Amino acid sequence: MKNLSIRTIVAIGIGAAVFLILAKFVAIPTGIPNTTVQTAYAFLALMAVVFGPIAGALIGFIGHTLNDALSYGSVWWSWVFVSLFVGLFVGLLGKRINVENGEFGTKQIISFNLVQAVVQAIGWFVLAPLLDILIYAEPANKVFVQGLFAGISNIITVGIIGTILLVAYAKTRTKSNSLTKE
Amino acid sequence: MKEPIIQFKNFSFKYESQVEHTLEKINLSIYEGEKIVIVGPSGSGKSTLAHCLNGLVPFSYRGEVEGSLTIKGHDTSTLDIFTISKMVGTVLQDPDGQFIGLSVAEDIAFALENEAIPQEEMVRQVTDVSKLVDLENKIQSSIHELSGGQKQRVSLAGVIVEEVDILLFDEPLANLDPATGKHAMALIDQIQKETKTTVVIIEHRLEDVLSQDVDRIIVVDEGRIVSDMSPNELLASDILESCHLREPLYVKALKYAGCNVTPDMHPESIESLAIEQCRDKLSEWYESTDSVKQEKKNSPILELRDINFEYHKGIKTLQNVTLTIHQGEMVSIVGRNGAGKSTLSKIIGGFEKIKSGSIFYKGEDITEDTIFERSNRIGIVMQNPNHMVSKHMIYDEVALGLVMRGVPEEEIKKRVEETLKVCGLYAFRNWPISALSFGQKKRVTIASILVLQPEVLILDEPTAGQDLRHYTEIMEFLTQLNSQGVTILMITHDMHLMLEYTPRAIAIDDGRVIADHSAAHILTNISIVEMTNLKVTSLFELAQKAGMDQPIEFVTRFIEYDKEARLTWRKNY
Amino acid sequence: MAQELLSYIERKSPVHSLSGATKLIIFILYSTAAMLTYDTRVLLALLVISIVIFVMSKIRIREIGFILVFILAFLLLNNIAIYIFSPQEGVKIYGSSHVLFELAGRYNITWEQLFYQFNITLKYFVVIPAALLFVVTTHPSEFAASLNKIGVNYKIAYSVSLALRYIPDIQRDFKTIAKAQQARGIDISKNQKLWKRIKNISSIILPLIFSTLDRIEVISNAMELRRFGKKKKRTWYKEKPFRKADYIVLISGLFILVVSLLITFYDGSRFYNPF
Repeated sequence: MKNLSIRTIVAIGIGAAVFLILAKFVAIPTGIPNTTVQTAYAFLALMAVVFGPIAGALIGFIGHTLNDALSYGSVWWSWVFVSLFVGLFVGLLGKRINVENGEFGTKQIISFNLVQAVVQAIGWFVLAPLLDILIYAEPANKVFVQGLFAGISNIITVGIIGTILLVAYAKTRTKSNSLTKE
Repeated sequence: MKEPIIQFKNFSFKYESQVEHTLEKINLSIYEGEKIVIVGPSGSGKSTLAHCLNGLVPFSYRGEVEGSLTIKGHDTSTLDIFTISKMVGTVLQDPDGQFIGLSVAEDIAFALENEAIPQEEMVRQVTDVSKLVDLENKIQSSIHELSGGQKQRVSLAGVIVEEVDILLFDEPLANLDPATGKHAMALIDQIQKETKTTVVIIEHRLEDVLSQDVDRIIVVDEGRIVSDMSPNELLASDILESCHLREPLYVKALKYAGCNVTPDMHPESIESLAIEQCRDKLSEWYESTDSVKQEKKNSPILELRDINFEYHKGIKTLQNVTLTIHQGEMVSIVGRNGAGKSTLSKIIGGFEKIKSGSIFYKGEDITEDTIFERSNRIGIVMQNPNHMVSKHMIYDEVALGLVMRGVPEEEIKKRVEETLKVCGLYAFRNWPISALSFGQKKRVTIASILVLQPEVLILDEPTAGQDLRHYTEIMEFLTQLNSQGVTILMITHDMHLMLEYTPRAIAIDDGRVIADHSAAHILTNISIVEMTNLKVTSLFELAQKAGMDQPIEFVTRFIEYDKEARLTWRKNY
Repeated sequence: MAQELLSYIERKSPVHSLSGATKLIIFILYSTAAMLTYDTRVLLALLVISIVIFVMSKIRIREIGFILVFILAFLLLNNIAIYIFSPQEGVKIYGSSHVLFELAGRYNITWEQLFYQFNITLKYFVVIPAALLFVVTTHPSEFAASLNKIGVNYKIAYSVSLALRYIPDIQRDFKTIAKAQQARGIDISKNQKLWKRIKNISSIILPLIFSTLDRIEVISNAMELRRFGKKKKRTWYKEKPFRKADYIVLISGLFILVVSLLITFYDGSRFYNPF
């Protein structure tokens, strides 16, 4: 924690702000209460892969907490924790995907999506409902169904938008000295 | 002999990701208490030179260093960036990036906080320095309540709140309008005198920098130092012209008139300039040029009638704005920050909904049309190209609007390729956008709008931050489009742009149209110039000083002549 | 910024004058108490305290009205969802069933279910004023200092401050980008099919992300040049020192937490059973 670089600190701060804006303005309702296509998680996945697990965890945690607090005046801690979890583990497991050298082909796409799907499945299908029951004593079947929908929509969102973002990001990292005018 | 405070010896630098050296064998000494200006075109290496001074090279931007750089007698290769930044305080170009505190006071205190200075001490120091930069009444404000000039004063305060020996300004005028730029230079001068620091200014708007005395001007081009002399000597030479840098307009006028500009004429400012021996030549030149006839255009394409708009209840951003733009015109819209210029373009594009009034396009009421419907007729190009680019390849970016409109692929290909040719980007069509320069990127965004074939094009600050070559490139390109019939509106506070390219200028202040006249008239009208935060052009002052009868006509003729001259110059380049 | 996010409301009140760190700790203690307990008596007591503090803060209801509408709508939806999914949850918890009237199948209305849902709603009413008040009575400048004071690493505390500083800028960028892309025909409104909308949205997010990455670069340099992270410690210009009132509030906060937990778990269950 002590050795975080300035760049990582800034990435956490600015990342959290972007997470909030996306969560607030770029969420598409799916029709199930409390469940939307959250583009913010696609962004979170990108930042976690690019800036690492600590940045991922804190962007998820700070961004989600601030959004809850500033938009609703209260914080839904169980789901905030899941955001932290997703950022952390996508960052940890995504470390092996080296986007910085510009490579993000089929192999990387598959491993990224495996990682994000597994991490999010654990987060939304298991952790979120368990914490909801523990903290808020909500009925089990309700929270599991909510978690299920949130999980599926987030896995799909990150699968599509997250992949698009990472591919686009990786392309900007390619060396461009082999270009010729035609 | 005084010891140099900064000394480059055979200093070369190559960025890790690049093949060529960005700086090549730099030898430069700067002495204590001097005020130095470093000029050079984009890509000349002047920003890299600044980064070497403040330690960002090699600590943030890695690469290979050869030779040595000593600051206050310490070889920088033995120092870390924290130690370097104790000696060299940097005011960065982008005030929104440099202003990291939530309020003015906190931002000024930032460096002190990092040094763990006790709170009481901090409050005292912040109060002192805020008085020095004349911000003591703004100390609790957030960045969003400040003007561009105030933001820059905060940046400066945040640096001089600690004692530094050297102050480094990275393009301090880039985001400021001409009048604010002049204040900024005066403030820098005052701070230097009060704190006895050495000042290094990186800038390419030379005429504006020279509104205050400087000791030496260093010209950098292609990674090397091309010249190192006093302003008077430099302006008398032809070095600026050969490096594609803009000479002060009055100097240029003297040279066009065939005057032999010498250092002892004190060309460093229009006030100090000795003009006696040039008077006759200037009037001879004036007589020899033809007056410019502007044909009146009279086929309205865009009409705004009595527009009122407010973002917040009760605060009127636009008031009773009525104006008519004719087909084929090229018009600039000027005014200080927050006067309502950008809002006007948003209103026309349908980005914001007006409170009352109506908008007509070729006589048809389009007030209720959506953004999308308007975009087929009126194209809007944002100031920051990064706000528009969403594709990797140039071709795809330009095609995006057509793809979204469901145009058949054949047709898309045809139209995109045509547009790319017009924009001089055809050769790059398969390049990634990330490989382009800022100016080229800007052209991509213009192309991506042009491909939709709008008849009116509105550009927000099309030339901000561009050096003379890129500026001329973009503007010639727009002129060419204009001659093909596209009506062009530009929001700007670039006085050169107004004078050179837009026969008509509309000045806005406080949400109202305060003048609608030729650019030369506006830039020679003192009260409008003051209200719009512009400056009276030095050409006008020159004409007055030389005792011309018709100074405004002199300005107009110079501009016409200069445009021709620069066109040939660009062809030869 | 438009009234879409909660923000600090300047006022002279005892709540405002407390140190941010105190309010943060109280907020955490209070939330913990409210989260753990389902004891109606404790919740009611906490609610009374919440309301008293709210009145003391001199914040008026209409200043936060737009948020309250959100919250009430959410609570209503959540209550309906709970009932649909689990109409017998109350019966399960309290171990008895006092039917008020029958609807269809297991969807009857019992006193137990009503009581359970009343408790859930009550819980929100207890937590919401605390969180709301923390946000609107703590100046954002003081926020980072407060986090640092309660033991959060100062670098991380500062990243929260950065987030607060740049939210308005990023919101403005986002709006500009969205409008510019709409002008090119990228439609993200309801007229589009979900799949198409998701794809179009990435055309808006991408420019936002790339300008964000540029911004990170610029800000990092600016911070580095002013020696952020040089020392192990950092002072804060806006930090409010602890005063007597802060200590009194902290001790009472702790006291309330302990008492409420004691009452809650005294009989071995989080729920108070009147049945």
